[in-house]
Amino acid sequence: MNAWRRPGIWITLLVVMLFGLYPVFTRNAATREVIFTILLSMVLASSLNIILGYTGYVSFGHVVFFGLGGYVGLFLMYNYNSNLFVAMAAGGLSAALLAFLLGKAILRLRGAYFALATIGVNEAMRAFINNFPPFGGPTGISLNFSVYNAYGGAANALWLVFYLAIGLTLIAVVLSYAIKTSKFGLGLMAIREDEDAAEVMGVTTPNAKTWAYIFSAILPGIIGVLFFFKNGNIEPADAFRLHFSIENIVMVMLGGQGTVLGPILGAAGYQSLRGFLLTNPLVKDYQLAVAGVLLLIIILFIPAGAVGWIRQRFPKTRRYLP
Amino acid sequence: MQFLVDGLLIGFVYGIAAMGLTLIWGVMNVINLAHGPIIALGMFGVYLLLNIFGINPYLGLLFVVVAGLLTGMIIYAVAINRVIDAPHLSSLLATFAINMIIIGIGTAVFTTTPRNIDMGLGSFQIGSVTIQWTRMIAAIASVLIAGVLYLFLYRTTTGKYVRAVANNRAAAELMGIPSRRILALSFGLGTLLAGVAGGLIATIFPFNILSGGVYELKSFVIVVLGGLGNPLGSLVGGLILGLLEGGIPAFLETTWVPVFEFVLFVIILLVRPQGILGAKK
Repeated sequence: MNAWRRPGIWITLLVVMLFGLYPVFTRNAATREVIFTILLSMVLASSLNIILGYTGYVSFGHVVFFGLGGYVGLFLMYNYNSNLFVAMAAGGLSAALLAFLLGKAILRLRGAYFALATIGVNEAMRAFINNFPPFGGPTGISLNFSVYNAYGGAANALWLVFYLAIGLTLIAVVLSYAIKTSKFGLGLMAIREDEDAAEVMGVTTPNAKTWAYIFSAILPGIIGVLFFFKNGNIEPADAFRLHFSIENIVMVMLGGQGTVLGPILGAAGYQSLRGFLLTNPLVKDYQLAVAGVLLLIIILFIPAGAVGWIRQRFPKTRRYLP
Repeated sequence: MQFLVDGLLIGFVYGIAAMGLTLIWGVMNVINLAHGPIIALGMFGVYLLLNIFGINPYLGLLFVVVAGLLTGMIIYAVAINRVIDAPHLSSLLATFAINMIIIGIGTAVFTTTPRNIDMGLGSFQIGSVTIQWTRMIAAIASVLIAGVLYLFLYRTTTGKYVRAVANNRAAAELMGIPSRRILALSFGLGTLLAGVAGGLIATIFPFNILSGGVYELKSFVIVVLGGLGNPLGSLVGGLILGLLEGGIPAFLETTWVPVFEFVLFVIILLVRPQGILGAKK
């Protein structure tokens, strides 16, 4: 357990904690919404990093777990009046199950073929749910406003959702760090560097990859429930938006793939930048284009991402930047 | 029957769009995520030429060809050249950045109001089937373009260079082939095909700047059907997709079409990643 004595993980947790608690002290609902979006991105980016950064498999349609979790959760709440926590558990489980089944099938594919297959899975799921009456087809599921009464009214429910989001972000960081410093994580990174060599060295690659995929799917499934519970409704177009998936990849890349802190910083950086561009009158109309130019510059010149770059440049900081 | 014929004709155009994607993949192992926006640019190119200069859309396609080739080469030089040997993720994201830039500027300039080009060509009748002239011409143009591409790849020296670079870039370089220039040219060709396909689609369906996304996803499906990196397989894949789109509504609701398309897509990737025709890889 030596890994837990290093300062880096505690610094990361402390930063996330302070960041999350800021609106709790100011009791400002507007800041809370901004921070919620960032926490959501942190959880998604951190989870994606397990399969993308550690294992080296580009899961392009990762939003499928977020959407499916949200759908299962809202389905239970709408039809069986189930508790938020039960719904979250169900969302996480269904995402994990999907990852397990997919893992058995598409993780055999390598490189771009895998990336394409995940896009296909996401689009197939979206198209299928569009035609699936129990999930409301194209109109989706809208929660009755009275569901919030069980949590002390809508205003309190929003705060509860926010606390849960902080909790999930902390769990995401701990999970990400625990995997990275474990023998399992070492196996994943061996797969990333050279899958055949890893296999020869005794890593059971199909199992390791499937587990990595499952670990990267659970938290998106859970937070999907939280997000759509807060929204009050879910539609296929919102739940399985490919663009959202790609934004998460961008966050991981910005911060530094394969690091624990990277996706956290990347998520915060990307969302703040996006917020800034959207509200700046000068570039408001062109925010997407400006973000594209910045992304291109980062890909071309700092491919390791911010944290990766600092770690390479200043090896002494590695203790503090997990 | 009507559906099948319509589907088949549009399938040729899908084939051309997918050919652009697969050419880029086959030559440089890059999945071009800017494919959709480039298709949309092709649509707007034809539309603007018609509305500003009054140029006939079919004549406008010639401008799209030139502009597409140049745009593609510029995109290659700016975004792809540096990351061509980096891991997949880099080139994926580089092309996605181009996607964001085009969509961002396009949305600001053209808004997302739907546009359409009315060719006013009418239709003709064969038995009980009505065929629109726009679809017929688009299909014929697509076949011609595919033919020209084939001739270029298999009958010219430059085409031979392209195939050599696709087979083995290092070896091609040792033979004295200027591989970077060939890569740029291939990216230009891929962009050109996407733009022309967009221009042809614009004469048939209404569109806006975001419409390219739909055709990009269709192109992915087609490319996998025909075999990644196999341009002529794409044409066949396009026809299959067109027939599916035409045939499925006969016994299920139209909204089920994408379900079948994408399930088929994933299955083919798993069972026959080299595509139905089996490209040599």
